[in-house]
Parts: sequence; C-alpha cells; structure tokens
Amino acid sequence: MQALEYAMKKTMYEKIWDSHLVVDETGQAPLLYVDRHLMHEVTSPQAFEGLRLSGRKVRNPHSILATMDHCVPTKNRDLPIADPIAKKQIETMAENCRENGLNLYDMKNPNNGVIHVVVPEHGFVHPGMVVVCGDSHTATHGAFGALAFGIGTSEVEHVMATQTLPQKKSKTMQVVVNGKLSKYASAKDIALAITGKIGTAGGTGYVIEYTGSAIRELSMEGRMTLCNMAIEAGARAGLVAPDEKTYDYLKGREFAPSAQHWDQALAYWKTLPSDKGALFDATVTLDAADIAPQVSWGTSPEQVVGVDGCVPAPESFTDEIKRQACENALAYMGLTPNTKITDIAIDLVFIGSCTNGRIEDFRIAAEMAKGTQVAQGVTAIAVPGSYHVKQQAEDEGLDKIFIDAGWEWRDPGCSMCLAMNGDELTKGQRSASTSNRNFEGRQGKGGRTHLVSPAMAAAAAAAGHFVDIRNL
Amino acid sequence: MEPYKKHESIAALMNRSNVDTDQIIPKQFLKRVERSGFGVHLFHDWRFNDDGSDNAEFELNKPAFKGAKILVAGDNFGCGSSREHAPWAIADYGFNTIISTSYADIFYNNCFKNGILAIKVDKEQLDKLMAEIAANEGVRFVVDLENQQVTTPGGNGFSFEIDPFRKSNLLSGLDDIGLTLKHVDKITKYEQQHKKDYPWLWA
Repeated sequence: MQALEYAMKKTMYEKIWDSHLVVDETGQAPLLYVDRHLMHEVTSPQAFEGLRLSGRKVRNPHSILATMDHCVPTKNRDLPIADPIAKKQIETMAENCRENGLNLYDMKNPNNGVIHVVVPEHGFVHPGMVVVCGDSHTATHGAFGALAFGIGTSEVEHVMATQTLPQKKSKTMQVVVNGKLSKYASAKDIALAITGKIGTAGGTGYVIEYTGSAIRELSMEGRMTLCNMAIEAGARAGLVAPDEKTYDYLKGREFAPSAQHWDQALAYWKTLPSDKGALFDATVTLDAADIAPQVSWGTSPEQVVGVDGCVPAPESFTDEIKRQACENALAYMGLTPNTKITDIAIDLVFIGSCTNGRIEDFRIAAEMAKGTQVAQGVTAIAVPGSYHVKQQAEDEGLDKIFIDAGWEWRDPGCSMCLAMNGDELTKGQRSASTSNRNFEGRQGKGGRTHLVSPAMAAAAAAAGHFVDIRNL
Repeated sequence: MEPYKKHESIAALMNRSNVDTDQIIPKQFLKRVERSGFGVHLFHDWRFNDDGSDNAEFELNKPAFKGAKILVAGDNFGCGSSREHAPWAIADYGFNTIISTSYADIFYNNCFKNGILAIKVDKEQLDKLMAEIAANEGVRFVVDLENQQVTTPGGNGFSFEIDPFRKSNLLSGLDDIGLTLKHVDKITKYEQQHKKDYPWLWA
C-alpha cells in the first residue's frame, strides 16, 4: 500500500517528462516535445546546413530565440571582426536566421548578450517547459523549474525539423542545501562546493533538483548561477521548483504569459513542484553554513577548496586516479602542495559569463571594487552578460566604480569564459575568473584558471592575490 | 552516416581520466561552419608543441598507434561542453570506437550521431585492456557490434551492453530525423492538445 502511494508521487522532473512525451513505444527511444530552442553561432551552422541538404524546414520558428555571443568582440564592436573565420560564422548565423524567419539578437541589437543571460531577461523560458540549446550551460534555465539541457548539433537539427528529441529518462538526484550562507558566500560557492563533493561525474545520468532553505533564499539570479553549473557536476540538468520569486521575476516580461493567460499559467506552474514524499534515486545534503567562499586549485571544477584552505598534496588522495589528476593539475597550474590559497598571486580577473554575468553579480563585485585600485600588474575586465545588464549597471553607476578602480568595462559576450573571441590568457598567466570551467587551455593555451565568485574575483583584483572576503 | 561494420584495428591507449571537450577540440577551432576538417586539430594543445611540431610525449603521436580506430581511455571521457565538434574531430581523425568506464551524457549522445561506438566497460575490464595495450603497443582488437563482442589477442575479450535503438541506428547508418518524422502525425496531434492546454505558449 505504502509503495503504491509512493509510486503515485512524482518529482518535478517526472511531471515535466510525462507532460512532454509524444511517443513512448517499446524498441524506440521515447520522443520528448521541445517548447523552446535557444541558439548561438557556434553550434548551429552545421545543423542549418543539414536541414538545407535534406530539404527540411524549421517546424516551429517561434520556439527559437537566437543570439551571437561566443565569437563576438567585447570592445571596438563598430570595427569589422578581424578574424575571417569568426566573421564568417557570425555572417552565417545572420543568414540562417533570416532565411528561416528566426528571432535573432545580433551583435548590434540592444537585446544582444550571452544566450543564457538574454533568454531569462525576456521571459522566454517558463516553469514546466522543455528547453534545449546546443550549449551545455542550458542547464541555467532550470532555475525557473524548466527542464533545460544541452544538446549536440545533430540534435539541434533534429529539434528544428521535428520539435522533438529522442531521450532517455534520467535518474533523479535531490541536492538539499539547508542553513544560512556565511557573509559573501554565494550561489557560485554552493555550485562549486557541490561539484567538489560529488565530482564532475557525480551527477552523470541524473537530473538534479536543488532543494532546501538555502536554495529558497537565493534570488532568481543566484538560482541561475547554481543550475548553470549542474553540468559541471555531470548532471543532464538542474532544477529549482518555482515559487513567488519565479513568478515575480517573469511577470511583465516580453515573452511571459500576457494578462489574459497569466492566471491559467500560474495555476499550472503551482502544480509543478515535486510532490511531498516523492522518491529520488539519490540524495546529497550540504549545510550552507559550512560553505566558505570557494576557489578552484586544479584543472577540473571538482578540484576546489575553501579560501581558508591550502592547495592539496597528491598524497592526500587515497584514490589513485584522483592522486594522479592532482599531480597533473598542480604541474599545469604551477602550484606547490600546501600553498595557502590566499598566497596565490593572480595576473588577470574576469567577471562575466552565463554563470556570473548578471546585474546582481556586478553589484556585489562593485561593492568590493569600490574605492580600491586594481593591484599593480593585474588586468581586470568586467564583461556584462548582456546589453541590458550593461545598461542597468550604468544606470546604477557601477561602471564608474569599476573604471575608477582601474577595471576595463566591456561590451557583452562569452569573452574569457572560453576565449574564442580573442579575450584570452597567455601561457602561464593566472586568472581569478567567475566563469564555469578551469580545464587546461580553456582561457587560452597554457592559461591557469581559478574559478571563484564575483565578490572573490573583485577582492582578488585589488589585492593581487586571493583574499578571504569574510574577513574584510 | 556510414554503417558500422565489424572490424579489426589498432587500439590506442589514453590512460587519463576526465578528458574534457576543450582538450579534444580546443575552442579556437570551433569557428568553422562545416562538419568536416576537425581531425587535424584533435587534441591540438596536447598533440603539438608551441612551434607546431608533433609532441613526441603525447600518446597518440606514438608510431605504434598510427591508424588506430579504437581509443581506450580513462573514466568520464568527454566531459564539459556540448560541442559536437568533439566527436566530429574524433571521427575525422579516424576513430570509430571508444572504450571507457564512463562518458559525459551529451558527449555520449553525440558519438552515436556520428557513427562512433562508445563502449562502456567496468574498471577491472578497462584495466586489463589498458595493460594489454601497454605491454604490446600496436595490438589489434576486433569489434563486433552485431554480436556485442570485443576480442583481443591477449584473451581479454568481453561482451558489452548497448541500447538496441542506438545499435540498430549504428549498424544501418540510419538518419534519426527520418525515423522521428515517421511519427509526424503524433507530433501534430500533441501540438494541437498542447495549444489547448498551454495557450500562453502559443500566444
């Protein structure tokens, strides 16, 4: 009897999955309906080419929102793009969107920015949707209680042609974060702490739902940061149940339900949160109070430690693979075991990306930067996630704070998160970066990345090394 | 997509875990608008020295692994980005089979869309295969997808599991989209109901 009761209780993931099943027949992968398809210039051209070659059309153009973000320059935008291959990719995107009647925020459009920053700004994703994009950080939109995940280019083509995707049902993992974050610890620190705890493959095969009082406390921006990095823990997607914050955020935005449909949409959204007592395949628990501001020390997002910690020694790992990974990472990062994190000097600071390029991120960074000067020999760049974030920050006078402190204030784009647009580290340079990956070469060949929150990055810019911002 | 056939080939060894997509195909090569031509950039930052010459230390540059179609690699292969350029580069370089204990989700999906068979084995099996290659570089394995079998001269053969849908698509080289479009009536019907249930999505 009890088992039956449990079986009827569903997680949010199961509810969204069930409501989007178009075909579920034996001998074939279940076919899932896709409500929203997000696009950028890097992972789409070959999909459009495939569509053209097979004589197929985009089934539902209004489900697509496209932007240019990966390759775009973050300064001197009015000049032609110097890199001819990047220029061609940008032009191809514009041509593909024009030909297929798709909504594109191109480089000069006032709505332009990083796809995962732009999409929420316009209320394009709602709770309960299935959302895809040829980009692993699509997980960001799980912050709204939407099932959002990254796909490959073949799948981009598949969704354009059919509005569906053959999918395998994931397992569910609940990550419970209760308690109160310490001063200056943020959603980014929760995300890094989770990856540190479960590892970059810890979430493989799972969709994570983040629950607990610390998650409820997060703003929508914070929830986006958290879900954004679900992929860094290997998960297919991250989810946060919608609540009043979600509804308030969406209300009135361009693509949010109009007044005519609002109540109906709201009533539906309120049915989405996981049923009380619904079973998850795995549960991980963290206490927010234990989460110090995090700093990654290695070349994988699981290689993190609190700012009050030290670079680990390879021998401290009992697992042979982890020991070897630590040794390789320390060699690449040019770090010695047992060095205090606060003794690591940096050359460059980057604030931006789909992880930490929203207004809240620049507010907290500006609070840290105010009245300081970027340390000698350090370059600090602030790259808003969108033109709207940039405008908002300028309206609040944040740009002045950064510029007065010696920072560069740029135009929006992915920029140094993956260094495709010319913003990059040179060999051996070390960064404090608010982005999401510290893989070898991610920010430039031989570049050394330390992942941190915006507050930590801004404090490091002024000091020239990491500082424990809790002591400021 | 080329149908996947039973073959005997050199198995190359990459004894590293968490090989990420930024290593498989570094971001500076993602600007092409074509699907082809990525193989020359596979593992670029590990494979080449700063002056563009081959890095003799890098495992895939070993003469014994030249022409390998099978790649035997450590845990969590292909983590990171969704870029399909990663399997495009792997296939374009000449690999059609990867053997590891685990793969990142998106990468795993992307492999099968590009004719690459990604085989999962347990740690013990992987260690045996790695040891066999390390002891006899250039050793050739036989991969038989039809019968879900890998055989090796050292007697470390094994059978593997694979989703039947993925298997039949690989064997036939069939186009996924064509298969899905057989259900176009169901998609249309779903959309009609969807418009009634969630009108705000279509307003």
